[in-house]
Amino acid sequence: MNPFSSGTRLRDMIRAIRACKTAAEERAVVRKECAAIRAAINENDQDYRHRNLAKLMFIHMLGYPTHFGQMECLKLIASPGFPEKRIGYLGLMLLLDERQEVLMLVTNSVKQDLNHTNQYIVGLALCALGNICSAEMARDLAPEVERLLQFRDPNIRKKAALCSIRIIKKVPDLAENFINPVAALLKEKHHGVLITGIQLCTDLCKVSPEALEYFRKKCTDGLVRTLRDLVNSPYAPEYDIAGITDPFLHIRLLKLLRVLGQGDADASDAMNDILAQVATKTESNKNAGNAILYECVETIMSIEDNGGLRVLAINILGRFLSNRDNNIRYVALNMLMRAITVDAQAVQRHRATILECVKDSDASIRKRALELVYLLVNESNVKPLTKELVDYLEVSDQDFKGDLTAKICSIIEKFSPEKIWYIDQMLKVLTEAGNFVKDEVWHALVVVISNASDLHGYTVRALFRALQTTAEQESLVRVAVWCIGEYGDLLVNNAGMLNVEDPITVTESDAVDVVESAIKRHASDLTTKSMALIALLKLSSRFPSCSGRIKDIVVQHKGSLVLELQQRSLEFNSIIEKHQNIRSALVERMPVLDEASFGGRRASSLPNTVSTSNGTAVKLPNGVAKSSAAPLVDLLDLSDDVPAPSSSGGDFLQDLLGVDLAPATQSGTSQAPKAGTDVLLDLLSIGSNPAQDNSVSTPDILSSAQDHKPAIASLDVLAAPSNMMDLLDGFAPAPPKPANNGPAYPSIVAFESSSLRLTFNFSKQPGNPQTTTISGTFTNLSSNVFTDFVFQAAVPKFLQLHLDPASGNSLPASGNGTITQSLKVTNSQHGKKPLVMRLRIAYKVDGKDVLEEGQINNFPRDL
Amino acid sequence: EKAIRELSGVILSRGPKLCNFVDWKGHKVVYKRYASLYFCICIDEEDNELEALEVIHHFVEILDRYFGSVCELDLIFNFHKAYYILDELLIAGELQESSKRTIAKLISAQDNLVEVAKEEASSLSNIIAQATK
Repeated sequence: MNPFSSGTRLRDMIRAIRACKTAAEERAVVRKECAAIRAAINENDQDYRHRNLAKLMFIHMLGYPTHFGQMECLKLIASPGFPEKRIGYLGLMLLLDERQEVLMLVTNSVKQDLNHTNQYIVGLALCALGNICSAEMARDLAPEVERLLQFRDPNIRKKAALCSIRIIKKVPDLAENFINPVAALLKEKHHGVLITGIQLCTDLCKVSPEALEYFRKKCTDGLVRTLRDLVNSPYAPEYDIAGITDPFLHIRLLKLLRVLGQGDADASDAMNDILAQVATKTESNKNAGNAILYECVETIMSIEDNGGLRVLAINILGRFLSNRDNNIRYVALNMLMRAITVDAQAVQRHRATILECVKDSDASIRKRALELVYLLVNESNVKPLTKELVDYLEVSDQDFKGDLTAKICSIIEKFSPEKIWYIDQMLKVLTEAGNFVKDEVWHALVVVISNASDLHGYTVRALFRALQTTAEQESLVRVAVWCIGEYGDLLVNNAGMLNVEDPITVTESDAVDVVESAIKRHASDLTTKSMALIALLKLSSRFPSCSGRIKDIVVQHKGSLVLELQQRSLEFNSIIEKHQNIRSALVERMPVLDEASFGGRRASSLPNTVSTSNGTAVKLPNGVAKSSAAPLVDLLDLSDDVPAPSSSGGDFLQDLLGVDLAPATQSGTSQAPKAGTDVLLDLLSIGSNPAQDNSVSTPDILSSAQDHKPAIASLDVLAAPSNMMDLLDGFAPAPPKPANNGPAYPSIVAFESSSLRLTFNFSKQPGNPQTTTISGTFTNLSSNVFTDFVFQAAVPKFLQLHLDPASGNSLPASGNGTITQSLKVTNSQHGKKPLVMRLRIAYKVDGKDVLEEGQINNFPRDL
Repeated sequence: EKAIRELSGVILSRGPKLCNFVDWKGHKVVYKRYASLYFCICIDEEDNELEALEVIHHFVEILDRYFGSVCELDLIFNFHKAYYILDELLIAGELQESSKRTIAKLISAQDNLVEVAKEEASSLSNIIAQATK
């Protein structure tokens, strides 16, 4: 016997640790013990190994590192005695996990133990294997475990079954080997083996479709019989829980039947009777009974339809829902979510109860109930439901508010019957919980407001009133500021009053006050302040009398440290001071934002839908070729005689200036800004060259079927500040250089006729596989010079096209010179659909117009 | 470790009448309180919560039978034995045996083996000690 004892006994150490009053004390004790244990390990101390490992495990449970003990586990497992092995395996399971390489060393020991004569040792090995084996170990030892599935001792069989579960999870290929042994297990009488065998069978079916087929055909009847015997069995003290014989076995059988019956009418038929019996006969005053009923209802819902059973199930759920026990209600809510897909009517009947659950004091129940309510909303019940939810919003907890707000906004948007209701509800939500409202939501609100022209007055007045009472909700402030900017005149004139409104007197100065306070508010963030600035610009035009005051406010931000504010301040100040002649045109009412297209983009950016949005590309004849350079310069070359921008041009500029700087968290697709700027650039070029195909292309680009102006510049669009600087200072924007790096693609002859050839060269930027830059070269194959050369192209919806100005509009004859033009195409179906393009080329030969058209189908496939 | 701490925070803060289930990081946690001790099980979305409660109770009853009116200290000082029992009840999270009697028998058989081995070891050392006197 080793004379020097390796320290304290286990219980003394535990006592010492528990007696520590501070964390530092505890650490000291642990350190001392660890040191002693380490020393003992180094000395290869045999006698106290057992105790040391136990201590180590305790220390591990407290959270301290214990890697040095791992080898000890292995040594203990390798020793011959049972106690050593027992604690060794326990140590193995606690201190190691399957990621440790040390685990591999154990494989051999485990293999030997699996063949040991002492069945308890075999049990230990199986248990350890089942808990932590890795895939390699599983593969190595699977044959042993398979053999043990038929061992004479039931305890070993049941352990082997559970071990097999882990094996097939780690190595699904081995599943087939287990099918036959499992079929035998299912016929057992011993409950332990039966339970584990059923569990193994269930998992086998999940992993292997062949297994599923096999068991479905061969074993369904047997299982039904087993369940029936169990349900009808007399009192068995060994397995009795709350008056039911072995509820665990009940539940596992039901689960397996579910897996077998799902999707298969015959199997489902076979189990109808027993399911009905369980559903009606089981006592539900104890948890065990309810657990069985729960499982039974789950099974009924999942298997193939049998009307009577389903009604039975929903009735049980109804009972659960009104049970006083919180657990039962929680479980019922869970099940009802499943039941909705099966029988929505029945669930609707319980709507009132569910609504009550949303207000329950239990957070778990609230959450489930809210999700369920969301699934229940439809057109007929949306108004009362929303009212309830919004009312509850006021009293709900902070952590719940976020979820609740999101769901309410979702509901309002999907089901709103009329615009005025939508606006009302959103206002309420914003007032109550504006800070929880996501950006897309209030953007959508603005779109709706802009579309409801008869409600503009009502809206702006309501917002004004709301702001008087609460000004802390950021989104509310933003929406209000935007509306006041846009519709300030309606606010002051009380125009468009509806019957339900009370009159309200607001002077121009009041309106300006409100916006000013939004800017001055300490808590306003960048977006709010920027929006306020532009609202002020609009107001300066609508309320000329306040112009001076507004200018003063705007000027205050000239020196702002934030670039955006400073820039806006300077620019707007400049407009107010020097450019009154265009100011009113600049800040005219915004064009109505097209709900459909904007809504489409939004729907695709909602989190619960797949987010491959295709942008809002309408089939536009994009790209009017420019014959002169730098169209952007002309628009605001203010010193010259500016052609009074057509109202379209001004509006789009308005969009440009009115763009709010949604931070990068916008869920708008990356293509959206591109689309916006592309078309914007094109349109601006139209504005300054009325000689071009204005009348033809403008309505095309501007109007869809309904004569709406599409949302080319949505609020998400970032007309980059650099563009704005360019506009006002007359710098020519650098033409976007096509990236010259990226994979190379073969060039193609896109179009060839007797007189003209067009070749395309492709390049892509490495990080941007969806966008291709095409460099097109036109060659004149005839002997006549082409003049007034204009190239137009159109693409289908899933592509977006941007055309740069051409290098010239005169093409010398016989290939003596070329015109080059650069295009950018973005393919939202990159990888799935190839590029395709229609083109139209117009030019003059000897004063006569010539038109050529064609379609390009030979783009390289992977563009 | 963090997980345990976080979870304890959530569970301990729940009132007495609330239901025994908590949603946590995509899984469900079922807990049951016995005097000052909380037993928690983490289960998947598909699993039956009510059954989990039964499993907890099953375990506690077995512990009770083994230790004889088990209390918290028993579990602290004999954690390894609690684990042995757990290993007869569950493997890899799946239920292994629904009969308390069977589990008790298995445990006591294994304990016996340990006792026997100890006796052998001490009687051996007695012989050696005698021989070297």
